[in-house]
Amino acid sequence: MHRPDDPALVSAIADAVAGALAEAEVTLPPDVEQAIREAHGRERDPVAKGELGNIIENIALAKKGKTLICQDTGIPVVYLTLPPGVPYTSAIGEAVARGVRVATERIPLRPNAVDPCTRKNTGDNTGPGIPAIHVKPGDELTVTVLPKGAGSENVSRIGMLLPTRTKEVAQFVVETVALAGAKPCPPVILGVGIGSTFDGAAALAKEALLLPVDTMDPFERELCDAVNSLGIGPMGLGGDTTALAVKVKKGACHTASLPVAVNVQCWACRRATRVVEGWR
Amino acid sequence: MTDLATPLGKEILSLRAGDRVTLSGTVYTARDEAHLRMQEEGIPFDPRGAVVYHCGPVVAGDRIVAAGPTTSARMDTLTRFLIDAGVRGIIGKGGMGREVVDLLRGRAVYFAFTGGCAALAASRMRLLGVHYPDLGMAEAVWVIGLDHLPLVVGIDAHGNDLFRKAREEAKAQCQARFHTG
Repeated sequence: MHRPDDPALVSAIADAVAGALAEAEVTLPPDVEQAIREAHGRERDPVAKGELGNIIENIALAKKGKTLICQDTGIPVVYLTLPPGVPYTSAIGEAVARGVRVATERIPLRPNAVDPCTRKNTGDNTGPGIPAIHVKPGDELTVTVLPKGAGSENVSRIGMLLPTRTKEVAQFVVETVALAGAKPCPPVILGVGIGSTFDGAAALAKEALLLPVDTMDPFERELCDAVNSLGIGPMGLGGDTTALAVKVKKGACHTASLPVAVNVQCWACRRATRVVEGWR
Repeated sequence: MTDLATPLGKEILSLRAGDRVTLSGTVYTARDEAHLRMQEEGIPFDPRGAVVYHCGPVVAGDRIVAAGPTTSARMDTLTRFLIDAGVRGIIGKGGMGREVVDLLRGRAVYFAFTGGCAALAASRMRLLGVHYPDLGMAEAVWVIGLDHLPLVVGIDAHGNDLFRKAREEAKAQCQARFHTG
């Protein structure tokens, strides 16, 4: 059993988190950039095409100038996989938070974390429950960051549907986007969680945003086409491209339940993964 | 593509929703707090023909690092005094409420700038000055020189609103697909 409060381990995790954030905030993952380029190629509406062209130019400028893709640098969501022999402890949680604080100062990131009631800013993008940390067992020690902007998070929805009405899952997904309109900075990527529990469905929906967007199964494709038929378009100005992709994750659920969660993500689906090395 | 420059005048009346334009000249950033301060204490710049940008930029020294638009709808009830004072253009994202669409008639236009494009915006900007620095970086009124910022006329001076059109289309599509109403 590795000692989880080993200073070498704590430093390696903090460095990996800070490094992953530095990458995610500046460079969009290749699958997301490719999806935007393909949408730009397909788009028939001249205004929408112009908006997608601006996004492509923005991605290139951020990468070249090593500057932020968007000024809403998001709230930090972090996924960890821990190999056998490394237990999840408060020391590891603190290492992740340290990485976020370092990134906030170094990149720098906009301090977005506040107390939910007093609205007082903590100043360093950490606080109770933030960064949100999700832990799973794995073969390697990895950190994945998903800095999440507020515009798209705010229009995300969860529904506890009637278990006999599985057909309404698609309706719930499409209506979520219709209600959101221009607010989430479309074109969006949708993470959909179906099944599990009330909280589990939301967790699945967010995990679905980590999946590559260059493939969709037939159900995901059907949902994506239905969303694109809405005509909301990039930035809500109208057009063919409302969603770049829909990704679905499912879990078993109670026979009397049908939870469905839709986590909406703006076009800037920023994520990056680092394998944590040099601590053994 | 029409190239516009501040101060804006009667030329805005010939713009139509959906026109793609570029804007050069001086603009002033303003979010919620700046609107409240200006309403109370008066507008700290010459508003005649001016353009207000709904934006809380990231500024480092004398340089604008990131300056994408913020959601304009938050300023729906804080816009009348600006238009009455002669402001002729608003830049933001997501569009504005029906009361603002009516307010703009015959007087001003709303330009959409692509949400999230903070680096693109910064590449067309030069920092010229600041009002209300005490409000903090995001809420201060920054005076910015623009060089051909690419924009779309989202709401024109004749009541045409691309956002409303897209919203209504989405609602109709949803109702037709799922037979709701």
